[in-house]
Amino acid sequence: MISWRAIAVATLFTAAPALLAGEIPPDARRSGYTFMGPDTRAMQDDDTTNPGMLFVLDGEALWAKKTGSASRACADCHGDARSSMKGVAARYPSFDKSLGRPVALDQRINLCRADHQQAAPLPYESRDLLALSAFVAHQSRGIPITAGDDPQAKPFVAQGRALFMQREGQLNLACTNCHDDNFDKRLAGAPITQGQPTGYPLYRLEWQTLGSLARRLRSCMTGVRAQAYDYGSPELVALELYLMSRARGLAMETPAVRP
Amino acid sequence: MERACRHDPSVPPPPPAGEGWGEDVSTAKTPPEERTLTRRCAPTSPASGRGKWRPRLDLSSHIPSIVAAVIALSLALAAGARAEELLSYTIVSDSIPASLTGFPGDAARGRALVLARTTTCILCHSGPFPETRFQGDLAPDLTGAGNRWSVSQLRLRLVDASRFNPQTIMPSYYRADGLVRVGRNFAGKPILSAAEIEDIVAFLATLRD
Ligand code: HEC
Ligand code: HEC
Repeated sequence: MISWRAIAVATLFTAAPALLAGEIPPDARRSGYTFMGPDTRAMQDDDTTNPGMLFVLDGEALWAKKTGSASRACADCHGDARSSMKGVAARYPSFDKSLGRPVALDQRINLCRADHQQAAPLPYESRDLLALSAFVAHQSRGIPITAGDDPQAKPFVAQGRALFMQREGQLNLACTNCHDDNFDKRLAGAPITQGQPTGYPLYRLEWQTLGSLARRLRSCMTGVRAQAYDYGSPELVALELYLMSRARGLAMETPAVRP
Repeated sequence: MERACRHDPSVPPPPPAGEGWGEDVSTAKTPPEERTLTRRCAPTSPASGRGKWRPRLDLSSHIPSIVAAVIALSLALAAGARAEELLSYTIVSDSIPASLTGFPGDAARGRALVLARTTTCILCHSGPFPETRFQGDLAPDLTGAGNRWSVSQLRLRLVDASRFNPQTIMPSYYRADGLVRVGRNFAGKPILSAAEIEDIVAFLATLRD
């Protein structure tokens, strides 16, 4: 990573960029995809071999299915997802005015179920919630991430950043120790990436299923032997928001495949 | 998904740590019984097979019948009785001259510990371990560590590496305070027992070119 460090140093002395210390400059940001071997990349690239596409198809069916006591489908309000949902996931988590805080995409889906479909919330990591999230996020494939631009979201981005920098757990490591300072190195033989959240929900071969960004973050917390934040907790949403803002400009890949 | 298609043949085979990072490596491979045991017996852990049982442990084995005792115990734990579980040691300059246990460690056991993923050394370090393909490169190769450092220095390095470098990413292996949000299964106890530290120190001292 000599290249980007050199660039970082060079820009520091010339342009004094708005980057905070330790942060990865925009032109050095890389998706986890670029750390994978050719076969895993090929699996992601080809929709017929990408196992995440099965979830996207399930999500498409759920999109059109009437649900809840309102007996309304997502499509009844939003129409064709190909246009109405295009670029939406690239802006999530997004600030919700009535709640006064950011909500993640899966939380937005459950808010729609409660408010507009009068349906029970789908549990975190349930197949249906992952399928709907994957279907909606898939409509943003190739679109650059812009989450966190909303001025009202800024305090939550800052909260997420503080969590990212905070050492925690029995191993006393922060996210930044691995994903800012040591990407491209190996943790017991496995490449460490920049931890960019470009492909969620994504299919992880190790999980043998699709999983959310929250699930991934909880694994990293368990990895440092910290008490992982609960699904849906404000801390996890803030971390997701920070990660998305840190990935600004990278293209969405949902459903990505990772080892 | 068949397991057979999990990995690119073109890249190094199953990297267990990265893949299992979080869900596998640091926790799942420690069986629940072992975790419970380790928690009850903080100064040592079953991996070393040597431990002094403390009165508290006898108590906790009767917990099902004495609910009040459990509450008292957890209050005591919460009140910070935890730190007392660590054996005290004396730092002299950049080292701890005396064995934490009062006995020399066992180098063979130390080698096995360094290679065990749950000990976590091998996540970051590499070393002269031809049988292990999955070694880390976040930290210096351990080859020759016995030339570079004395036994007393190695002991302090393991107990609290931040004494050498306050910014280090190397965890303090014999420390249970000053940490944030430690997982329920690990709270209040050091990563390694005193006996395990001595075993690893004895092994590292043998790493001479
Ligand atoms: C000791 C190293 C380490 C620490 C600390 C750590 N991670 Fe990770 N993280 C990994 C490894 C290894 C992986 C799996 C390979 C990869 O994607 O980087 C991973 C994966 C990820 C991914 C998935 C990237 C992708 O392409 O899908 C994200 C996001 C992530 N981590 C965020 C975090 C956050 C947030 C924290 C702190 C709560 C954190 N990590 C702490 C090592 C670490
Ligand atoms: C999360 C990463 C990490 C883990 C886990 C880790 N170390 Fe380290 N270790 C380091 C780093 C980085 C250094 C370099 C000096 C520093 O930053 O403190 C280091 C330095 C050392 C040194 C001195 C190396 C030399 O020759 O200069 C020894 C010996 C050592 N570690 C042993 C161990 C042992 C034994 C374990 C497990 C019980 C372990 N380390 C676990 C990161 C780690």
